[in-house]
Amino acid sequence: MMKEEKNKDYLSSLLRISVYAAAAITSIALLLLIGYILLKGIPHITPELFAWEYNSENVSLLPALLNTLFMVALALCIAAPLGIFAAIYLVEYAKRGNKLVEFVRLTAETLSGIPSIVYGLFGMLFFVGALGWELSLLSGSFTVAIMILPIIMRTTEEALKSVPDSYREGSFGLGAGALRTVFRIVLPSAMPGILAGVILATGRIVGETAALIYTAGTVAKLADSVFSSTRTLAVHMYMLANEGLHIEQAYATAVILLIIVIAINWVSGTIAGRIKKG
Amino acid sequence: MMKQYREAIMRGVFLLAACVSILAVALICVFLFANGIPAMLKIGIDEFLLGEIWRPGNNLYGIFSMILGSIGVTAGAIFIGVPIGILTAIFMAKFCPLGIYRILKPAIDLMAGIPSVVYGFFGMVMIIPTVRTIAGWFNIYTDGSTMLTASILLGMMILPTIISVSESSIRAVPESYYEGGLALGASHERSVFFTILPAAKSGILAAVILGIGRAIGETMAVIMVSGNQPRIPNGILSGVRTMTANIVLEMGYAADLHREALIATAVVLFIFILLINVAFSLLKRRSE
Repeated sequence: MMKEEKNKDYLSSLLRISVYAAAAITSIALLLLIGYILLKGIPHITPELFAWEYNSENVSLLPALLNTLFMVALALCIAAPLGIFAAIYLVEYAKRGNKLVEFVRLTAETLSGIPSIVYGLFGMLFFVGALGWELSLLSGSFTVAIMILPIIMRTTEEALKSVPDSYREGSFGLGAGALRTVFRIVLPSAMPGILAGVILATGRIVGETAALIYTAGTVAKLADSVFSSTRTLAVHMYMLANEGLHIEQAYATAVILLIIVIAINWVSGTIAGRIKKG
Repeated sequence: MMKQYREAIMRGVFLLAACVSILAVALICVFLFANGIPAMLKIGIDEFLLGEIWRPGNNLYGIFSMILGSIGVTAGAIFIGVPIGILTAIFMAKFCPLGIYRILKPAIDLMAGIPSVVYGFFGMVMIIPTVRTIAGWFNIYTDGSTMLTASILLGMMILPTIISVSESSIRAVPESYYEGGLALGASHERSVFFTILPAAKSGILAAVILGIGRAIGETMAVIMVSGNQPRIPNGILSGVRTMTANIVLEMGYAADLHREALIATAVVLFIFILLINVAFSLLKRRSE
């Protein structure tokens, strides 16, 4: 009897061990990645890295950092209204089983599966080439705006759907029109969810490289207009790592990128967590 | 009256915004295909897709080695990432104490948010030397930039996707399945693996397909660790160039037919992605 039970348990223990081992491997991989970069990078963060102008001696990342901010701001200005409005149409206006809605969802899904290098090539052909915007902040921001559009649409849609119908009914019952209901009642209640999505999209832009190299270019200078070519922090990081001349600064830049991404995740997670608690 | 106009106008604005994604997909298709297909025809579709030599200087544009490269590193990534990812998802959904879950879940989300250049850099400074050293123990000389290195790194990068999609599909299985397993005398582990897991099958498969899409489209991280030699790989320890890498590496200086051939490479990649997308949405529809 005892023996049989033991036999039966072999498989169970094996399964349990493999589950724990996998979780351990995942955690170790993440810890190794973050730990190694922080350990190697933090000692190389010097005031020089934050010099106002980039040159090959100080390898300053400040211009790239500021360009990243411009890029995020511009891309969000384009993608956030479009994505939120599109989601409003899908959730609040479109009728069930509307063919157009299905088609919009299908294309949004397609967009979210397209790799960033394909966006980069499209941006190069369309914004840089066909529209004649050259390598510029503007071309880059439009390219990444299309890239983050599906993220904003999807998160906004979810946020809108989670607003109880009774809110809308109450508003309609008091005589408000559809538009007023959307802007005064539904959007404010859905705001945290939408915000979490927008922040998630920000993270995507901050980390983007492949879509920007051939649309925004790689000039390591602070952009003085939307038509000047710029590099964002992630592109800067890629250039440093690839040239192989400034490995120490590359470590430090990786640390800054990591910190930004961790901060963005934390903010987005906090907002999303607050929604769950209600 | 005024109010009605405003309602109608805004409705139109919302509708237009919804159509932007259709417009975007249409534009992307038109521009890629219009620039890539003529080059493919000029080179010859056979020659382009099955040609083994990529030497733009001699007008030889065969991307077969890169198609193999992309498939190779993706297969490697799936081989490494999928088992670990699914098992971790099972851990998170069914084995994890709440205290650990509260740390692990945000950590996995963070892992998804780390930029690919940072992964690539980590691969350069950590995985490449490790592969080189370990290969050295077996008296194999390699510089460390290999298909294996890229596969390990990509396997790591697709983990968060696979974990979060699998986890939610495991959680979506009704608790009664698991309880039924227990009631029949199965252990916790057996119940999870033999009742819940089969029920979550299609969701997990969707996670794998999503992971494939991620891996095949990844660019910067792969460039930084895979060696980028445009020749047919002869084993996991030889350097490879993927289609994505080919585009980024040469687009900077390419002109004329060379440039068009790179765009045509993107067309091939795009078609791969579209096929993966179709498979994904079919599967999602079935599981719904």
